[in-house]
Amino acid sequence: MTLRIRQVLIALVLAAAVMPLPVAAVEPGEILDDPILEQRARDLSKGLRCLVCRNESIDESNAGLAKDLRLLVRERLVAGDSDAEALDFIVARYGEYVLLRPTATGANIVLWAAGPIMLLLAGLMGLAYVRGRAKNARAQGAGLSVQEQARLDEILKE
Amino acid sequence: MITELGHFALILAFLVAIVQTIVPLVGAYRRDAGWMAVAEPAATAQFLLTAAAFGALTWAFVTSDFSLRLVVLNSHSAKPLIYKISGTWGNHEGSMLLWVLIVTLFGAMAAWFGGNLPPTLRARVLGVQAAIAVAFFAFILFTSNPFLRMAVPPFDGQDLNPLLQDPGLAFHPPFLYLGYVGLSMAFSFAVAALIEGRVDAAWGRWVRPWTLAAWVFLTIGIALGSWWAYYELGWGGFWFWDPVENASLMPWLLAAALLHSAIVVEKRESLKSWTILLAILAFGFSLIGTFIVRSGLLTSVHAFANDPERGVFILMILAFFMGGALILFSIRAGVMEAKGVFGMVSRESALVANNVLLAVSCFVVFVGTMWPLVAEMFLDRKLSVGPPFFDMAFTPFMLALGLIMPIGALVPWKRGTLVRAVQPMRYALVLALALAGLVWAVQTGRSLLGPVGVFLGAWLVMGSMIDLYTRTGNSGWRRLARLPRADWGKAVAHGGMGLTMMGVAGLTAWQSEDIRVAQPGAPYDVGGYTITLNDVREVEGPNYLSTMAFITVAKDGQVLSELTPEKRIYPVAQMPTTEAAIDQTLWRDVYVVIGDAQDAGGWAVRTYIKPFVMWIWIGCGLMALGGAISLTDRRFRVAAGAGKAAAVPAE
Repeated sequence: MTLRIRQVLIALVLAAAVMPLPVAAVEPGEILDDPILEQRARDLSKGLRCLVCRNESIDESNAGLAKDLRLLVRERLVAGDSDAEALDFIVARYGEYVLLRPTATGANIVLWAAGPIMLLLAGLMGLAYVRGRAKNARAQGAGLSVQEQARLDEILKE
Repeated sequence: MITELGHFALILAFLVAIVQTIVPLVGAYRRDAGWMAVAEPAATAQFLLTAAAFGALTWAFVTSDFSLRLVVLNSHSAKPLIYKISGTWGNHEGSMLLWVLIVTLFGAMAAWFGGNLPPTLRARVLGVQAAIAVAFFAFILFTSNPFLRMAVPPFDGQDLNPLLQDPGLAFHPPFLYLGYVGLSMAFSFAVAALIEGRVDAAWGRWVRPWTLAAWVFLTIGIALGSWWAYYELGWGGFWFWDPVENASLMPWLLAAALLHSAIVVEKRESLKSWTILLAILAFGFSLIGTFIVRSGLLTSVHAFANDPERGVFILMILAFFMGGALILFSIRAGVMEAKGVFGMVSRESALVANNVLLAVSCFVVFVGTMWPLVAEMFLDRKLSVGPPFFDMAFTPFMLALGLIMPIGALVPWKRGTLVRAVQPMRYALVLALALAGLVWAVQTGRSLLGPVGVFLGAWLVMGSMIDLYTRTGNSGWRRLARLPRADWGKAVAHGGMGLTMMGVAGLTAWQSEDIRVAQPGAPYDVGGYTITLNDVREVEGPNYLSTMAFITVAKDGQVLSELTPEKRIYPVAQMPTTEAAIDQTLWRDVYVVIGDAQDAGGWAVRTYIKPFVMWIWIGCGLMALGGAISLTDRRFRVAAGAGKAAAVPAE
């Protein structure tokens, strides 16, 4: 286990050596003539991760690899692929790591369901708490507790 | 010499912090006034010593003392003075020193302004605060000492990462740290209250200003970072769901929840144990944020400061403080009985809903941020969780929050009726719907995002105004000026939230973009604006070479502005940066970036028209301003329940 963490860390440190180059991405020469295809390519690019950058999509990155991927996406779309087919093509070569939007398959269901389930749980807990206080309100009525009465007397005396 | 004195001061501060941890806590346990009284002078001494150490390091940067390893690695003699100063915290060691300086600053402030606290509580708060400082002093001295010398000093340094040579970056980390570390006060108060075994309205009143201050600083820090990313990274994004950004967003969300639930403790003596838990968790997420940034465990654009070896140390600090506090919490949570009772429809219930939404949205960000790590370690899947996930999973919470916020703000304490609370909002509803409808009709394309954003913005801003108006009790505008500052703060901050939401939605829905090869002297149109690339020249800066483009933006034949976007190369750091040029107005930004020269002549030029983008930061500014106004409320200055508190040591 520790060895594994070490490996991960080393890989990350190596990845850190590649600095993000903050020069904007898509170059004029890459743009397709067909505006609809181009728009699809842009939308797909925004969901694909640049593999050598840190948390940038290939649409934003100016790294050489990102450019290659952008051209690849356009190549697939021009060849007549659907969006899903083009994505599958790239995932088959680069792994699901390139997908910025994780799939909702296998264990990833936990990721997608975590928010809604937690909201449900927290909502129920909040509701139970509020109801509890409301019930108490009816039981107690408007009267003061013994300590409250004592404190009130204390204040009035002062 | 000054460096050695700084180093010595840092070690002394470490020792003072150890004393300040042990003596007052033991003193509070034994009710020994003398031992407890050690805390205040110790807190002051600790702060002064740490400030001296920080000053010595700053001096080394300002005078470019290249016998210091840290200065060699992060500075250069040709760097402008302001970046020599900000370079002090533009690196790991220096930023940790800044962090601990702020820990001691908050400790000292608690000692200076904590005169109205019961002595045992004050001693315990200062003791816990010093314990946090001890951990970070040890971290600095043992793993990341900024005062190490070079055996052979070089002639010049290796320069600061050029991305960080920016005024935005000079102020972004200090504010962020003030926020992160400010939450340590809430944590110390929570742990001290758990040790005391007592949480009452007075406690709520003491802890709230600290939380409020931390939240204000976090808001400013995050907004500065986002603004910097907007103009520096070259494509005009304002938020990237980067792990490091998420690390600052999570404490912000929890701090927002905490400062609302502390109101319930203060006014109604309910939600006590939840508030304590929130205070612990909020600081816990600050530590997690520090861990994420400093360890580099998660990849992100913030590459300048990470080191896995040190990550383990911070993880241990995190485990100690969170583990300890949560164990203490589980033992003591039972003794905190809630006193206030309230109906289903009440301000209390609305604030519970606020807390549910904020806490769960923080949880979603946390799960999304950590999931790639979990998947890699336990599932052997290497995957990414990026902006598309967060946009989908996080936005609904903010929508819900925006919808209920003005209604919750109007519902009375204890018991209200929904109809009464909603009634004054009917005008706001009609007007906001009308505005949204208008926008829907005018916009091209059938996106729902823009109208929803405009609706929320109008709904929240008008909700705030109506809130203020109803507070005057229909007795005219003169009363308005005499409302408690807290009411003003609340209205301003809630309105600011609306403006930010509108800005985000408007920008996302309606921005347009143009990428092309521009020939010098040939004008072209982008979204109604005429862009002309006049000239491109090489210009020499103080420590960089710049390729500067001269671009004219015109509309209907009227020249709006002359923009000079740049591409810079920093020869020492061997790094290029882009400097976008922006024509900024309230309603839209024209954002121009110069790209590479093309082989066939001309230059790649990117133009973005970004509507409403200013409102994002105006809204953030108003949120921070609202917090600051609320902080000046009179009730924080008068001694809350002091008469009763003074009786405690006599027991």
